[in-house]
Amino acid sequence: MDILSLFVVVPVLTIIALFFTKGLKQARLVSMVGSIFQLGMAINLVFAYFKERAINDSIMVFTKNYVWFKHFNIHYATGVDGISVALITLTTIVVLAGVFISWKIPDLPKEFFISLLVLATGVYGFFISIDLFTMFLFYEIAVIPMYLLIGIWGSGPKEYSAMKLTLMLMGASAVLMVGIFGIYFNSNADGGPLTFNILEIAQVNIPFEAQKLFFPLTFIGFAVLGALFPFHTWSPDGHASAPTAVSMLHAGVLMKLGGYGVFRVAMFLLPAGAVHWSWFFIILAAIGVVYGAFGAIRQTDLKYINAYASVSHLGLVLFALLTLNKIAWNGAILQSLSHGLLTAMFFALIGMVYGRTHTRDIKKLGGLMKVLPFIGAIYVITGLAYLGLPGFSGFVAEMNIFVGAFENTDIFHRVLTVLAVSSIVITAVYILRLVGKIMMGPLVNDDFKDLPKVTWYEKTGILLLLIPIIGMGVAPLWLSDMILESIQPFIQGIL
Amino acid sequence: MNFSNFLLMRHEILLLAITLLLLIGEIFIHKNKKGSLVHLAIFLFGIHTAVGFLQIEESSLFGGMFRTNNMIHFFKNVLNIGVFILLLQSADWLQEKIVNQNRGTEFFILLFSSLLGMYFMISSGDFLMFYIGLELSTLPVAALAAFEVSKRISSEAGIKLILSAALASGVSLFGISLLYATSGSIFFSDIIEVISSNDLTILGFILFFTGLAFKISLVPFHFWTADVYEGAPISVASYLSVISKGAAVFILMILMFTIFKPLMHVWENMVYVIALTTMFIGNLFALRQKNMKRFLAFSSIAQAGFILLGLITGSQLGVATIVYFVLIYIFSNLAAFGVVQAISLKTGKENMDDYNGLYRTNPKLSLVMMLALFSLAGIPPVAGFFGKFFLFTAAASKGYYLLVFLAVVNVTISLYYYLLVIRAMFIRKNENSIPFFNNKIYMRLGLLISVIGILVLGLYSPLYDYIYELSSVFN
Repeated sequence: MDILSLFVVVPVLTIIALFFTKGLKQARLVSMVGSIFQLGMAINLVFAYFKERAINDSIMVFTKNYVWFKHFNIHYATGVDGISVALITLTTIVVLAGVFISWKIPDLPKEFFISLLVLATGVYGFFISIDLFTMFLFYEIAVIPMYLLIGIWGSGPKEYSAMKLTLMLMGASAVLMVGIFGIYFNSNADGGPLTFNILEIAQVNIPFEAQKLFFPLTFIGFAVLGALFPFHTWSPDGHASAPTAVSMLHAGVLMKLGGYGVFRVAMFLLPAGAVHWSWFFIILAAIGVVYGAFGAIRQTDLKYINAYASVSHLGLVLFALLTLNKIAWNGAILQSLSHGLLTAMFFALIGMVYGRTHTRDIKKLGGLMKVLPFIGAIYVITGLAYLGLPGFSGFVAEMNIFVGAFENTDIFHRVLTVLAVSSIVITAVYILRLVGKIMMGPLVNDDFKDLPKVTWYEKTGILLLLIPIIGMGVAPLWLSDMILESIQPFIQGIL
Repeated sequence: MNFSNFLLMRHEILLLAITLLLLIGEIFIHKNKKGSLVHLAIFLFGIHTAVGFLQIEESSLFGGMFRTNNMIHFFKNVLNIGVFILLLQSADWLQEKIVNQNRGTEFFILLFSSLLGMYFMISSGDFLMFYIGLELSTLPVAALAAFEVSKRISSEAGIKLILSAALASGVSLFGISLLYATSGSIFFSDIIEVISSNDLTILGFILFFTGLAFKISLVPFHFWTADVYEGAPISVASYLSVISKGAAVFILMILMFTIFKPLMHVWENMVYVIALTTMFIGNLFALRQKNMKRFLAFSSIAQAGFILLGLITGSQLGVATIVYFVLIYIFSNLAAFGVVQAISLKTGKENMDDYNGLYRTNPKLSLVMMLALFSLAGIPPVAGFFGKFFLFTAAASKGYYLLVFLAVVNVTISLYYYLLVIRAMFIRKNENSIPFFNNKIYMRLGLLISVIGILVLGLYSPLYDYIYELSSVFN
């Protein structure tokens, strides 16, 4: 079994094992073992990748290729570069943390963990695929469990949110499908056979007219998942209604599929289209960055605040990608990773607060630092990392993005960059206000005096996320090297 | 003519033999054991299905009236499997409701004659055989639709079906006579050589197309569908939506890709418009349905619209993707109808609201339903995703990007109403939900085969390769 396909096989085996479990205890144990195994595989993959990279300088390493549907030239083809390795590792961390945070899921535990792992399987499959067909297949596998996860275990207007999220994302994937057909049927432009293989298509000069037509379809198809303004509306509702672990996985990992897909498929395969359209989409991305930040200021529900903050921060990823600049691209990938960890952390903390106080309304919370010191301390750390304090992951990412964005010296990009940079200030406003309101000050509600203590499994989940956040901030270079190397092939197409 | 030539008609002869055997068999079955008639029928039809898989050579009989090749043979096997699953799923209903009224044999005779008609229809080499097959496949179904005589709504369904079918086949016959008038022959092989796009031929083709469009329930010939499905017994509705539709699609495809190929510039636009209207009307009407049978009726109208996306290509790729899609559709729809059948038989409940909270009482049934609906909606990794993706690929290969785009918009619309059922089963809670019940062995087997089909047909690629090679006759 090759090192990459294991990432699909192990979760599938875990799911099959879960079918035979009974009750919460067995289900969570099986999921935990499976997820720890995945984390181990990811760490192994990172080391194996560095080893392989030293002797192998092709775009993708560990490539495997099996014919699947020969008449369409569909292959089960896998391969990774630094970007996918980093994102896979992120996924394993968030999945494991998610399992720990859902340690006490009350209703239908077996089904919950199965859906969670189906989602994870889709995400892994997406990141290891280098064939557009399998990529698309895994993309849909990753999206559809969200419906059940939010619908069954969610809160608030869960039926509405679940339906809205699923329909908007599947609608986007429908648009994406047309884009993929466009790429596929133009992949013989240089006289070769039609192919879905990304590496082969990248060698082909797809006619400019086709690129112009299909870039927006492919871009929007992925970017909706990356919360592109004005298609972001599914995200706040979905996150607010979802159970904690699902919000973590969704904001932390699933939304990264959007940015990754934009980069890997839309921009890599249709570079001329990207150059042609970047002016338009970068405006949308910049609006998203500022709009999300202002949206977060206005909200009073903790989850909504974080969801709008995600819109803002992921808008920054799309913004950075569309600046068509190497340093900004590096920043975009770092931002994906950093946001994935931070937002998962936030949602985990919100879940812990909500599980104890039974409210997410910031007006009803206050002074929690005194009764929940662990949660309070971590909340402050995460908040500071989120607004880009040096020493944490957020700073490294945003620094790269803005340094790169400022390299575009024309007035158009300058204005947009200044606009996007202003989001840092707005982020500081809502984060500091939030931390001050719910953590500091006197305890507003006497019922909160003896809240349950933080348990070991919650602490484990939190630490799992905290370590890489600090690690990325303190020693970003090795990660950034890994990414920069992998960005090289993209540059040849666009810059 | 050699006697062994009749082996080419193996499917037909064997089915006829089974029908007669059942007729005679009833005499020998003891009055208190009428139920064993169902066992006998399933057993015999199972043998028939298995024998069908033996190889057959490509040839024709009766001066070209009856022809067969590997593709037709394969499709007859597909129909057989579908009917076999259908029989398994209806076994309980037959034993509990029908056999004790001494009407079991009637049911089998009618069902098998209709299937026989379909064999002849898809094997036909001239319009006479085609027409006989069409009539033979439709008339018994009308009787079947009115099978629950005690129910008013069932008789209504029968009347509606027979009237629409009579009109449709009348129109079709008129079209055939116009084609005869312009080409001077009713043999397909003769017509291929002389057909040209003059006005009378085009009119003849359109009228002919109308007749089959009724069977496939394409818009605007779909009005009978929902009412008939609702009134007819579920087995019959299932038969209409799966087997009958599949056979009609198949013969329509064969004729359009062979003898009507020279008229392609005409029917391209026609199919384009009909595909769009069928998808949109089917999907939009399905949104508001509360009765599961009506819901599945409109969903199957929408599915027919998707099939037209393969039809519009007029290529080998189109044939392969259509046959593949229909095969998957048969399994998915049979699974969905099977669950509706099981629940209706035990509780008499057929509305979507009754399904609220079903997962908590009947998890296995709900999972089957979920897989079936995901397959119909085209969600990976179940088979429906592959069927739809390939069908759309076929349409895109001819540059119909706008049509594909509108089709995928429709997929999203359809996802909404499929999710409504899933919402009812998994998310909604219900105080007096359908209590837990165990299905009998036949129903379980029927559902199991459908689910295996749904899970395997897509992921197992050699099947598609096989179909693609069979369809090379249309290259």
